[in-house]
Amino acid sequence: MKIESRGLDFFYGTAQALHGVTLGVKTREIFALIGPSGCGKSTFLRCINRMNDTLDGTSVRGMLTLDDADIYAPNVDVVKLRRRVGMVFQKPNPFPKSIFDNVAYGLRLGMKLPRTELEGRVERALRGAALWDEAKDRLSASAMMLSGGQQQRLCIARAIAVEPEVLLMDEPTSALDPIATARLEELMQSLRAAYTIVIVTHNLQQAARVSDTTAFFLHGRVVEVAPTDTLFTRPRVKETEEYITGRFG
Amino acid sequence: MTLRERIGFTTLAAATGALVLLVFALLTYIVSGGASVLSWEFLSQSPRAGMTEGGIFPALLGTFLLTILTAVSSVPVGIAAAIYLVEYAREGTFIRLVRLSIRNLSGVPSVVYGLFGVGLFVHALDLGISILASGLTLGLLTLPTTITASEEALKAVPRSYRDGALALGATRWEAIQTNVLPAAAPGILTGVILGLSRAAGETAPILFTGVAFSLPKLPTGLGDQFMALPYHLYILSTQHHDIVRVRPIAFATATVLIGLVAVLNLTATYLRARARSRMHA
Repeated sequence: MKIESRGLDFFYGTAQALHGVTLGVKTREIFALIGPSGCGKSTFLRCINRMNDTLDGTSVRGMLTLDDADIYAPNVDVVKLRRRVGMVFQKPNPFPKSIFDNVAYGLRLGMKLPRTELEGRVERALRGAALWDEAKDRLSASAMMLSGGQQQRLCIARAIAVEPEVLLMDEPTSALDPIATARLEELMQSLRAAYTIVIVTHNLQQAARVSDTTAFFLHGRVVEVAPTDTLFTRPRVKETEEYITGRFG
Repeated sequence: MTLRERIGFTTLAAATGALVLLVFALLTYIVSGGASVLSWEFLSQSPRAGMTEGGIFPALLGTFLLTILTAVSSVPVGIAAAIYLVEYAREGTFIRLVRLSIRNLSGVPSVVYGLFGVGLFVHALDLGISILASGLTLGLLTLPTTITASEEALKAVPRSYRDGALALGATRWEAIQTNVLPAAAPGILTGVILGLSRAAGETAPILFTGVAFSLPKLPTGLGDQFMALPYHLYILSTQHHDIVRVRPIAFATATVLIGLVAVLNLTATYLRARARSRMHA
């Protein structure tokens, strides 16, 4: 297992958002987290790169491991963890800098690469995110000029530029139109060759289309985890069936 | 448009028009009063013959140097404090108290800062009546403005800039340095310039701490006294032995002071507009 969660509890102050989450994500699979709003799927996602640390008054109990090493162990360097576990946010969040500087952002942190190598890695990342052809002639233009779909692919390029092992995606297409969404899903298929991907999505068809394994969250608990085909065709639990057939959420 | 609406809009337009007219009248009054003596020589020469002739160069230079000292003494501290308050401090009673104090300090009359400056800088720290003591006093005066403006600018930076940087493995400080500060810079700069332009026009804080009525030579060091535009204007308009004769000079001095403040404010506006268009281009 690339990522393994066992009995993970999470608290915002005294409010418990996750109750004993147990699941495992295999290397180089696409793992989808589905469930109604407020079910804890994003909270769980943000535990994996410890982005929840940026909020005051949160606490964690239980086990969460990356390659069998405890993510919440006291000696973990969060900066190093986040270089291994990249993240793409719900709303495309390009920085107000040039396209090049956006992709190079992570590469410039804490290290000084020679210009040619930096350029090479920026190009590779943009190619990896299927943005190179659209961006190669205007690398110095502001990233704010890109369309929403391009911005989101830029954010993916920025995340994979630092060569992480895991990519976390928090509803990456919810702010995009159908065409941009289709392109991004295509991109995810090509990314699975190199990365383990955990995606939160509200779009059940999307989960069904792109993922290998799906976990259904409800009220902070994992109701069911199964291979995506199985979960969507033969759910074991009544709540799962009700959710995927659109009876609630 | 209903009649009520029409009455409402007319009232608002009239109020705006009256204000513009008032400012315009005031400017015309001041500029026309001083037009007869305004010239390049007026800016570049020292006063002569008991201030009845010559220019205002020492006062202009004094205000310029003083503003630089004010900036140097307040801007770094102010921005650092704002960064701490917005990015690092955890909300709590203590931080709320600090913030409340800062807000209150910006409402303290400037003459109180002047007296405080005498006590602290001139006497306790033994800097004497000097441009340094005045600069530090004005620095204190602008500090609350600088902190508040910087805080607002930092708070206006979207959270996603911070989170995005952190998620890429930036430390908190790296995220602030490379992503938050550049985005906040235009707002901070605008606040700083507006604060400085207010300080440049202050009289009370420098009155007790370093400004001189008239000096035979220009200041050469931080320990020297200096002349400044607002105080010079005050002297010319109320304390001079031949007020009627120096009236045009007083008007011209006021014009220069207003012009200086206007230039500073326009610079702030320009910088803000340019940064904004670059940000969203």
